[in-house]
Amino acid sequence: MIPLSWYLILAAGLFSVGLFGVLARRNAVAILLGVELMLNAVNINLVAFWRYGDISMMAGQVFTIIVFAVAAAEVAVGLALVISVYRRRNTVVAEELDLLKW
Amino acid sequence: MTTETLIWLIPLPPLVAFALIVLFTNKNKALSHSIAVGAAFLSWLGAMIVFFRAVTTEHFGEHPFHSSINWLPTGETWLKVGVLIDPTSAAVLFFVAWTILMIFLYSVGYHNFGQPAGDHDHKGLPPHGATVTDAHGHKHTVLSVEPMYSRFFAFIGLFAFGMYTLVVSDNLLTLFVGWEIMGLCSYLLIGFWFAKPSARAAGIKAFMTTRIGDVFMLLGIAFLYSATGTLTFREIFTEETLHVLGTVPSGVFGLSAAGLISILLFIGTVGKSAQFPLHVWLPDAMEGPTPVSAMIHAATMVSAGVYAVIRMFPLLTADFHGHELTTAMSVVAFIGAFTAIFAATIAVAQNDIKRVLAYSTISQLGFMIAALGIGAYVAAVFHLITHAFFKALLFLGSGSVIHGMEHGVLHTGNHSVDPQDMYNMGGLRKKMPITFWTFLIGGFALSGFPILTAGFWSKDEILADAFGHGHWAVFLTLALAAFLTAFYTMRQITLTFLGEPRTKEAEHAHETPWTMTTPLVILSFFAITYGWVGIPEHFPLLGGIVPNWFHEFVGGTLAEHPEALEFSWIPLLTSLGVALGGLFFGWLAYRNVTAVEQDKLQFPVLKNKYYFDEAYDFLFIKPAFWLSEVFVSKWMDKGLIDGILHIFGPITGGVGFAIRNYFDVPIVNEFLGDGSANSVYALGKNLRPIQTGRIQQYLILSMVVLFVVGGLVYFLLLA
Repeated sequence: MIPLSWYLILAAGLFSVGLFGVLARRNAVAILLGVELMLNAVNINLVAFWRYGDISMMAGQVFTIIVFAVAAAEVAVGLALVISVYRRRNTVVAEELDLLKW
Repeated sequence: MTTETLIWLIPLPPLVAFALIVLFTNKNKALSHSIAVGAAFLSWLGAMIVFFRAVTTEHFGEHPFHSSINWLPTGETWLKVGVLIDPTSAAVLFFVAWTILMIFLYSVGYHNFGQPAGDHDHKGLPPHGATVTDAHGHKHTVLSVEPMYSRFFAFIGLFAFGMYTLVVSDNLLTLFVGWEIMGLCSYLLIGFWFAKPSARAAGIKAFMTTRIGDVFMLLGIAFLYSATGTLTFREIFTEETLHVLGTVPSGVFGLSAAGLISILLFIGTVGKSAQFPLHVWLPDAMEGPTPVSAMIHAATMVSAGVYAVIRMFPLLTADFHGHELTTAMSVVAFIGAFTAIFAATIAVAQNDIKRVLAYSTISQLGFMIAALGIGAYVAAVFHLITHAFFKALLFLGSGSVIHGMEHGVLHTGNHSVDPQDMYNMGGLRKKMPITFWTFLIGGFALSGFPILTAGFWSKDEILADAFGHGHWAVFLTLALAAFLTAFYTMRQITLTFLGEPRTKEAEHAHETPWTMTTPLVILSFFAITYGWVGIPEHFPLLGGIVPNWFHEFVGGTLAEHPEALEFSWIPLLTSLGVALGGLFFGWLAYRNVTAVEQDKLQFPVLKNKYYFDEAYDFLFIKPAFWLSEVFVSKWMDKGLIDGILHIFGPITGGVGFAIRNYFDVPIVNEFLGDGSANSVYALGKNLRPIQTGRIQQYLILSMVVLFVVGGLVYFLLLA
């Protein structure tokens, strides 16, 4: 059986990729994608810890499903915002959305 | 009604008339003068009843009509007011009632009642005449009615109230009240045509000048009250009170208390009766309407001054024993005699018909005052009464002349002709016969035309008294003054009535209406006959035919009945000589004079009344103005007081400035106020760069912080 650490390393790699996307990409859609990657990295961790822990305790799987739902809602809201911003400002580049800046 | 009740009521009708006219009827001229004349008539009626009851009472001097009430509580005693009619005041009441009634009636005509309203008449100016168109379409200028007709009757009503109050008073307090009411009314009436600056000034002058006298009089009243505790005549004039007052020294100029009080009261008279040196107001008072001149100069106010001295005669003579004059009496005699001669000389050079009479009045009042000063009580009262009649007659006559001249002025339309200047007159005897004959009677009475006229008997009595008691200086002065009196009176009559008219206006002069001539006729009756009630007992031929009623009656007022004088030819011949001589020379000197240049007596010093106005202006008025304008206003007020206040200004200004500059601005504003704001501002400004507004930078930063804090927590706390 594949040891737990492999899953954790995979999850950490995936999280890092997502984090990089969030911090480095200019496109707001890409930032959202990065956020999704980070959320899924967490899901892998949750599922992995459930599988290697007490299987009868279903909290890990349930939690993962909740994260899916939340992620889906978040993407829906996030994309709607991006579309709205694009309609108003004609751009989806995060750096140019600086209305709150002095 | 008892006589006492009636006396209480005598002064009231004119007061009621005053109130009614002022409050209700001043719009209606006919109603106003009806009320005023009716009120004067009621008072006259009351006065006549009282007078005849007094005359028919036996031993009236010992039992006069007297009634008083407690008025003001003064501790344990009361200040009493009341009425007193003794023989003297009964005689005075008689002439006051007559003259007041005559003057009221005369005013109706004088103010042109029944004439149309003027074309351009203004309130406060004499009427200028009105244009009327007659049946043939011709235009005429006629006299116009006085614009403030009702007001005039209200004022003279109040004036009459003051005079009646004064006459019937039994005490100095109400006498003084009446006195002051008349002072006010004289001010109001002299300044009746208040839009004329000269009338305004004359009113103020009269008021101020008499006020000087009044202040001294009030001092005298206060002194008398503090010395005796009463102001009622009959309580003061008891033998012991007079004896005490006559012997207690007052501590001033070696006078007794009675002497000092008399002199203080006498100064009031000097002001009111226009005696030297307070005579200056009376000639200027001619600015008022002529009935006012008659009112003030004959019937009431100036007589009131003499009447006050007559009232206080027992006090004046308190320490007099029949030979040597006391100091107070000498002062009174000197002032009177001096005024008599002094005013007579001025009258000689005056050309205004009313001014001559004004100075003549001053002079005649001087006669009375001098008579009182030498103790000739009955003679003074006698002259007061006869003078009131003939001087009222003369003033009303001169008003009639002026009125007639104004008629002429309106006829020719030449308003540069002064209707009061005697040199514009002449020949008026044919135009105004009633006025002429009555004026002649009045003038002869004033001159003392022998036997016939009242003035002769009263003036002769004064001269005889002065001679009989050996007061030579007074006798000679008064004789000379009497000569001048006859002289200027004849000058006036000659210039006004005799000869030919000197101006067109005089040619067109016109006799005045019956309301004006009736009083003249009635007064001229008294100007002749009143003298006959006082013919001395020992007078040659006439003496004793008619008993000397006046002497008996009025003399009864005094505690010691005055002796009838021994007859002497010298004063009689003197008064005959001065009267006839004065009249003759007056006629001789002026019968052919046609212009003012031919008048040889127009000395500048006389024309300018010995420069008294100028001297008073220089001595009192200018310094008073200097005191108020320069000393008080400029130096004291603006210099000293404002100067002190101006010091406080800069001091508080400096303190404020210092607080502002050294505390408020640097500490409160800049350090606390601006400083806190600035530091917050700087903090915000310095922190601003980290707020880039870029979400990814915030994320990087929070990640770094997370790592740092996480690292620190891990290595420092957990490891």
